[in-house]
Order: sequence, then C-alpha cells, then structure tokens
Amino acid sequence: MSVKAITEENFEQEVLNSEKPVLLDFYADWCGPCKMMSPIIDEIAEEIGETAVVGKVNSDDNMELAEKYEIMSIPTIMIIKNGQEVKRFLGVTPKEEIIKAINE
Amino acid sequence: MYDVIIIGAGPAGISASLYAKRANMSVLVLYYGESNLEKATEIENYYGFANGISGKDLYENGIKQAQNIGVDVKGEEVLHIEKVQSNFEVTTSNEKYTGKSVIIATGNKKLKPDIDGINEFDGKGISYCAICDGFFYRKKNVVVIGNGKYAVSEANDLQNIVSNVKILTNGLKMQTDTNFEINNKKIKRILGDTKVRQIEFEDGEILNIDGIFVALGEAGGSDFAKKMGVITNGDSINVDSNMSTNVEGLFSCGNVVGGLLQVCKAVYEGAEAGLSAVKYIKSK
Ligand SMILES: Cc1cc2nc3c(=O)[nH]c(=O)nc-3n(C[C@H](O)[C@H](O)[C@H](O)COP(=O)(O)OP(=O)(O)OC[C@H]3O[C@@H](n4cnc5c(N)ncnc54)[C@H](O)[C@@H]3O)c2cc1C
Repeated sequence: MSVKAITEENFEQEVLNSEKPVLLDFYADWCGPCKMMSPIIDEIAEEIGETAVVGKVNSDDNMELAEKYEIMSIPTIMIIKNGQEVKRFLGVTPKEEIIKAINE
Repeated sequence: MYDVIIIGAGPAGISASLYAKRANMSVLVLYYGESNLEKATEIENYYGFANGISGKDLYENGIKQAQNIGVDVKGEEVLHIEKVQSNFEVTTSNEKYTGKSVIIATGNKKLKPDIDGINEFDGKGISYCAICDGFFYRKKNVVVIGNGKYAVSEANDLQNIVSNVKILTNGLKMQTDTNFEINNKKIKRILGDTKVRQIEFEDGEILNIDGIFVALGEAGGSDFAKKMGVITNGDSINVDSNMSTNVEGLFSCGNVVGGLLQVCKAVYEGAEAGLSAVKYIKSK
C-alpha cells in the first residue's frame, strides 16, 4: 500500500477512525536523520500491504498534531491502534522492529 | 579530499587505516581523548606478546605503525560529521576535512550521565542532538549538559533558535573557553510531568527549563550516528558483517558497534571496515 500524507485535515478520518493499525512517521524537511528514515517507511508500506495504514506527518505543516502528541524529537515513529497510541520509537529505527510492533 | 577518514586511533581505527593505506588509499586518522586501551595496564591475552604489553604502549605503537606507512594521523577532536551529496564533511575543533568515506571507530562512550530522571524523560525534553530537535524548543529555555568543545558546539547550534541556553557541567570543570553562561553545580535530578520542567541541583536550587541537551565530553560514535540517521541500538552503531552502516560510505568498527569488547575483535573489525571502504571507493 502507498504511504499517505497525513495532515490535520485528514487525521481523524485516516488515523483516529481507522480500523487497521496506523504507522505514522513524524518528520521535517530540514531534519537530516529523517531522510534516512523515509525510505525505511516506504519499504514497510510495501511489505505489510493492506494490513495497516502507513502515513507521514510533516511536523512543520502540522504543528498542532506535533504538539498534541508532544513530539520533541524527530524522526518519531508512532503506532496507533483504535485511535490510541500504543508504541513510539525515537530516531531512525530498523524496519524489522517496527513491523514487529505493528503485528503485536 | 581524502579517500578514507577514520575517527579514532585505537585498535579498530588503526587496523582499518593499515588495510586502507595498503590498498593505496589516502587515509586520515583523527583522534582525541582517552582510548579504552590506554586505560588497560597490561594486555595479556592478545596474540604474539609473550610477556604481555601495556595498553598505553600498544596504543602508541599502533599510531606509529600507521604513520610509518604514510597514514596522516592528527590529534584533533571531531565535533561533527555530515554527509554532503556523496561525500562526508568532518568538522574538528581546528578544521574541516572532506572524505569519500568515513569509518567511525570511537570506542564505547557512555552517552547518558547518571542523573535521576535521565531515562524517564528521554524524548520528552531530553535530547542528544541539537540540530535534530532544536526546532521543537523555539523561544524556550534550554540547557546543555557537558563540559567540552562538543557541548559548546551544541549550544551554538541552539542559540539562534531558543530564547536562552546555558551550559551545565554537572560538577565537572569546563575544559574550554566560551561566552555561554556556565553553571558548575552538581545535578541531583530531573523533574517533570509529561515532559521535563525543572532541574534540581544537589544544593537544593531549582532551575526551570523546557529542554535538556546532553553533550558530555567528546562526541561519541552514537552522537555522530544519531545526527546522520544511522541506525543505533542504545549506544552501539548497527553494522552488517562488512561493517557497513545504513548510510552509504559510512562504516564502523570496534567497541562502538558492541559485541566482544576486546582488542582482537577491534583489530579484526577494523580490517574488515578498511577493506569495505576500499571496495566502496573503487565501486564509485
Ligand atoms: C581497564 C581496561 C582493561 C582492558 N583489558 C583488556 C585486555 O586485557 N584485553 C583486551 O583484549 N582488551 C582489553 N580492554 C578492552 C580494549 O581496550 C578495547 O576493546 C579496545 O581498546 C577497543 O578498541 P577501539 O578501537 O574500538 O576503541 P578505543 O581503543 O577506545 O579507541 C577509541 C578512539 O577514538 C578516539 N575518539 C573518541 N571520540 C573522539 C572524537 N570525538 N574525536 C576524535 N577522536 C575520538 C579516541 O581518542 C581513541 O583514539 C580493556 C579495557 C579497559 C578499559
């Protein structure tokens, strides 16, 4: 499945109301390490197919979301199930660890 | 422009330099601060020394051996490594060098100071990377915990973003001159709720703050790694069996990648990293 751009506008629909687990990558264009995380997220989306929603959140354009989730370090990778945050990874994280957490 | 820049002159870094130099690469080794090896009084389990050898002698011999075959070895503190297009810029306390590849062999440095609350607020007001996270502290009050040039360099990266930055040495002596406000008191604990709010010093004084950036002593391998988006596991850098990291052209070896913390393993991995760097450069 392709990676969705998650914004303040589509957050409720795509994330909070999602029946599938959601993987979110909070990033910013100026953030060096985020550029290493981005291709990993793309690979995950490819690999897990339809079983979860995978989205990227530009934390500059969506500051309210970043504030709501108290993002203070990027990349932050978050897994949300039934509208609730269940897991958070700080910094560039290996693909396998993230996939494992989605399937848990 | 160097073919290979190696950070660290311990057994891992020097071994890497020997293999890269023997393959006709131009090689620079940078080192600053004590190697683990220098602390070892006597090494008795390393191959070929019938009566053992002092760690300090082994360390110094390694550096001489590299110099003897034409490796440039410089005692300069590395503050920052950045990948710019396909090359690497390595900034030291004196200079900026460019390399086609970089090998991180900085040994195992503990990133976290023993302060109550340091783990609890990780990512909730405690950061290990000013250029990554500084933006989230716009117009806020932050401190850098550290006492050397690396702490000052982190404070510099923060000062145009935040409203105020102080350096807290946590009881240590400041090792370098700076215009930043310095506080030498020992820290007792970090206080907060969902995020960091205050620092309490041993003498009971409370400082209200919004963020803490940790930059103790010299920058360690995993400090560099975090800034470049290298995958780490705690304080160790993740590598594959060729000593490659997930950043193309960046390799790592020795204690900084974890595993057996011994000279023999550092020497072997250094060789592997040196050869992998050579292979990488030749393939470009
Ligand atoms: C007390 C003690 C006893 C030991 N005894 C043994 C033993 O008997 N046998 C054995 O096999 N092993 C022993 N070891 C372990 C051994 O010393 C290490 O495994 C080995 O030194 C690791 O090599 P390294 O090259 O990875 O790192 P190190 O030897 O620690 O070298 C790190 C290098 O990185 C440099 N560096 C770090 N940060 C920066 C920076 N920001 N800028 C520039 N340079 C930087 C340092 O100056 C140094 O040159 C002992 C260790 C200790 C502490």
